Amino acid sequence: MATVDLKDVRKVYPGGVEAVKGVSIAIPDKALCVLVGPSGCGKSTLLRMIAGLETISAGSCAIDGKVVNAIGPTERDIAMVFQNYALYPHMKVYDNMAYGLRNRGTPKDEIDRRVRSTAKTLELEHLLERRPRELSGGQRQRVAMGRAIVRNPKVFLFDEPLSNLDAKLRGQMRVEIKNLQRSLGVTSVYVTHDQLEAMTLADVLVVMNAGLVEQSGAPLDIYEKPASTFVASFIGAPPMNLLPLRSGQFEGAVTLPAVPGNAATLGFRPEDCEVRVEAGGIAADGALRLLARVEGVEPVGAESFLYCQAAGGRIVVRVPGRTELQAGDQLPVFARREKLHFFGSDGKRV
Amino acid sequence: MAEPSTRPPASGHDKLMIGQSAAGIWLAHAVLILGILIVAFPIYYTFVASTHSLQTILRPPLPLLPGDRFVENYWEALFGGVGRIGGVPVGTLLLNTTIVALGIAVGKIIISILSAYAIVFFRFRGRMFFFWLIFITLMLPVEVRILPTYKVMVDLGLIDTYTGLIVPLIASATATLLFRQFFLTIPGELVEAARVDGAGPWRFFKDILLPLSRTNIAALFVILFIYGWTQYLWPLLVTNRNDMNTIVIALKKMISFADADTEWHLVMVTSMLAIVPPILVVVLMQRWFVRGLVETEK
Ligand SMILES: Nc1ncnc2c1ncn2[C@@H]1O[C@H](COP(=O)(O)OP(=O)(O)O)[C@@H](O)[C@H]1O
Ligand SMILES: [Mg+2]
Repeated sequence: MATVDLKDVRKVYPGGVEAVKGVSIAIPDKALCVLVGPSGCGKSTLLRMIAGLETISAGSCAIDGKVVNAIGPTERDIAMVFQNYALYPHMKVYDNMAYGLRNRGTPKDEIDRRVRSTAKTLELEHLLERRPRELSGGQRQRVAMGRAIVRNPKVFLFDEPLSNLDAKLRGQMRVEIKNLQRSLGVTSVYVTHDQLEAMTLADVLVVMNAGLVEQSGAPLDIYEKPASTFVASFIGAPPMNLLPLRSGQFEGAVTLPAVPGNAATLGFRPEDCEVRVEAGGIAADGALRLLARVEGVEPVGAESFLYCQAAGGRIVVRVPGRTELQAGDQLPVFARREKLHFFGSDGKRV
Repeated sequence: MAEPSTRPPASGHDKLMIGQSAAGIWLAHAVLILGILIVAFPIYYTFVASTHSLQTILRPPLPLLPGDRFVENYWEALFGGVGRIGGVPVGTLLLNTTIVALGIAVGKIIISILSAYAIVFFRFRGRMFFFWLIFITLMLPVEVRILPTYKVMVDLGLIDTYTGLIVPLIASATATLLFRQFFLTIPGELVEAARVDGAGPWRFFKDILLPLSRTNIAALFVILFIYGWTQYLWPLLVTNRNDMNTIVIALKKMISFADADTEWHLVMVTSMLAIVPPILVVVLMQRWFVRGLVETEK
């Protein structure tokens, strides 16, 4: 229904804090774009500028091809789901959902029809006569979603909508949001600091750091080819192992494949490691091989994480299933050539 | 929905509070009853006096039981006119005082809720200046600025008018500050949600802020109504005509230094009538703020 185009958007708060330092993102129609980054990196600020709740200091924001810098949130035809839901405490669920439509002068029977059909989609029908304080956290979350959906806006904006739910509910809602967004086909921007949420929800993933975009693209592309050490350590859990290289050399490596000349950091993901006594065929094709000493074991069930000390620094190694290894064991760790990442001294991928 | 309950199973003793024993209950009741007696007895005795003739009152001791002059005394005071206050019936005084107290309470609430709304939710030039200006007027209650205010009322020709009685008492820093504190607790997200939902400043005020302030308004209304009802100094200054007096002023005027000149039975009736409206307001409004206290809205 709508595209969202940000061009070199900046935000300087009255106090002088530059929260967003020039961000350009093009979100295609019907896509779910996730902004992810550590706390304080400017995600909310950016989202609120798209919503029209915060003025844009420089650059432009266009919704559906039309620059909206100068118009307020009402005219932008967006709907927002807030972190603390922001339901009107004195209104029944029905009125909470109907309020936006009433303010826009929608006819009464049309409001009723839309509220009821949205309530049906979200399984809120039996709650319509209740007030927000009579609902559980998960139900409030659904009402907040309902309030956004019922308006049928051009763009949905979500600011960490699941962060107040417990882990199990968060997982369910994540799936549900994704399905709803797909079926409604409404362009959405979703802010989160949780990389798992970001990976699973995003059509377009934007990784932010200190007011700037570090990398944007399809989630798996970012996972496979992180553009910087920041992205490498932010996306993926546990994060990528990063070991310093000294003039293309690496002391702890028993064998090290050819290294790009200007590389300063070597990275490989815990899940891309193999632990074997015998090098077998791997060593031949130029894999990394290093020796590590196990310092701790974290069995999760389907997999176990080994926290190890290698000569170059600490690393995490994932092994499938349960493991007999224990703290103090020495083991050789391999990582295939094509699973290695190299970063320059500025942190950028080389 | 059958949800597992985390409460302990209800037993016959689940109403007992900590440390409650039979002796404790008796003691508590005794103290409460004593308190009620101390507060209620003077009021009861005033009522008793209001139902006797002047002769009975002037010949002590006053009986402890109500007399037979209830209808006559109340009828005379309410509609007949009391000699010492220029023959004005107490009914007129009640009306005057009700208008003044309502005017002050409603006026103060409207003015202060609107100024608090402006100060908390709008960014305009001189916002903090105006806030401090309001804040500073806390140090200037009516008594301090009474002479200049009186002069202004005289110049405007507002002596012996309801406007003159009400308007100078309306400006209220206290109520403004109370509303401001309450508004500051309203989460920013709620304000933003309303903006996204297409509520302009007026709609936000009417649909969201006002309903959320209901409890505060009710409590404030009670306090301010009683404040207005019991005003003494200002009504004394600004009214000359007997039929513009408030009931508190009239009560004072009814009492002469010489006992024989004072129609004590009518004074007692007027006192009884003077406390009825505040009591009514408290009893009627109580529903609102008690409910507000029980169910937290945020
Ligand atoms: N209203 C404000 N005034 C001044 N600085 C702000 C304001 N809101 C946020 N900031 C600052 O802007 C930066 C980005 O904040 P925010 O966008 O909320 O981050 P995030 O949502 O990514 O955690 C932070 O450094 C924060 O302190
Ligand atoms: Mg945020």
